[in-house]
Amino acid sequence: MESMEKKIREIAREIFINQKIDFFLGYEEGSVPLKSRPFFIQAKEKTPDGLINRLVWNSFCSNNLAVFLPKFFEHDPRKKPPRIGISVKGCDLRSIVALIKEKQVPRENIVLIGVPCLGMIDKTKVEANFQGLEIIGSEETPEGVLNITTKDGKKHHLKREEFLQEACIECRFPMTEGTDYLIEGKARDPGDGGYARIKAFEDKPPEERWEYFKREISKCIRCNACRQACPTCWCKECFAEQTDLRWIGASIDLSDTMIFHLIRIFHQAGRCVECDACYRACPMGVDLRMFTKKIVQDVDELFSYVPGFSTEDTPPMSTFREEDSDNFISEP
Amino acid sequence: METSNWEPKIVAFLCNWCSYAGADLAGVSRLQYGPNVRIIRVPCSGRINPLYIVRALQNGIDGVLVSGCHPGDCHYISGNLVARRKFALMKRLLTYIGIEPERVQFSWVSASEGNRFAALMNKVIDDIKKIGPAKKLVKSVA
Ligand code: SF4
Ligand code: SF4
Ligand code: FES
Repeated sequence: MESMEKKIREIAREIFINQKIDFFLGYEEGSVPLKSRPFFIQAKEKTPDGLINRLVWNSFCSNNLAVFLPKFFEHDPRKKPPRIGISVKGCDLRSIVALIKEKQVPRENIVLIGVPCLGMIDKTKVEANFQGLEIIGSEETPEGVLNITTKDGKKHHLKREEFLQEACIECRFPMTEGTDYLIEGKARDPGDGGYARIKAFEDKPPEERWEYFKREISKCIRCNACRQACPTCWCKECFAEQTDLRWIGASIDLSDTMIFHLIRIFHQAGRCVECDACYRACPMGVDLRMFTKKIVQDVDELFSYVPGFSTEDTPPMSTFREEDSDNFISEP
Repeated sequence: METSNWEPKIVAFLCNWCSYAGADLAGVSRLQYGPNVRIIRVPCSGRINPLYIVRALQNGIDGVLVSGCHPGDCHYISGNLVARRKFALMKRLLTYIGIEPERVQFSWVSASEGNRFAALMNKVIDDIKKIGPAKKLVKSVA
């Protein structure tokens, strides 16, 4: 991963000059162990070398950076839209592709650097391993070992493969396609999508499903972090906040919260890339994965559509086929 | 609640050009169907926002029917074909979280199908009577 990091910095430097980008979006070291955070570099006069050297690539670059893009391209007649370079994993790129198709991001204004993804580490899994003992340092080896230092001064060696995020284990598209630059390297083997979990849930009795939904949604405090973290939740005015025609209350009334989630999930039909950004952002540990994945599965089953790397196909909810199934239609 | 004399409240969202006219025909033909239905006319089934459906349930409606022109017959050519995708997903999502599949139903009724409309309404009323009052998603007024 260190060599990837070097390569990303090199390309960032190069495209500030050759491609005249105004911004670069990547990651830098976080302020706590086991975290990297999104990092924006703005071109001032020359190449911002000091900043470029802060770019990192490691097992903690999980944020879906696509979420930041639409804001840059909001229509403003006084400004010309910027050119942006961005390092992307498979999931980030698929979100960007969705945004391009929805005309929220102009393809010609972004320079994509694909990074073959080895999966990102789940911080909570690592923390659980130490049962509350504070982690004060971490470091990765090229062999896939995560060296952890805990507060008691002890060193521990973990296999990164055993602490990956569920989303990464299940990920079907760890390798990017169609980027302008591609970092050399091997991505992990594609996963199976994890739909067995959804099928198993479907097989439970309705009351059990309802109780689970209710239990999970009851935890929600309506902070909207899930919505904010999602790249394809880009509406400027969310139905949850509309006041002239007030769809739902803003508080944590359970039925309002349930509707918020049902509609949020529904609005992700054909867009959700199962990056789990929503799930990671949730401070209350709501099992959003169990519900967002359902819409992905259904869009695939009903309309044979998987949000992928191609900007050519039409998003499934803005089109139809005459032979789409009618089997849910009630007959008298 | 006394379920014995409980009568379900049902909302039917009908598109202006076919299903609403179908309901009208049922009326002028003096066809009998249960008095449990409140009809809301929408320009086209493509106008249905899934929020209409969940908001109806939230406000104490026991059953929802959405009906538009048969595929191919939409006044706006493809309104119902695009809507069909939304409906299919919505139905699956609601069922997934444990809402009874009978609670929210979708159908196609043309302007000449007064009989079909009356029969459909009776079926929906029967279905809802069988599953009882809606309790999930209902807003409790504090
Ligand atoms: S809904 Fe969640 S998993 Fe899906 S794209 Fe948005 S943030 Fe990612
Ligand atoms: S992030 Fe979690 S708590 Fe916040 S609104 Fe979403 S589900 Fe609710
Ligand atoms: S006008 Fe009836 S479905 Fe479009």
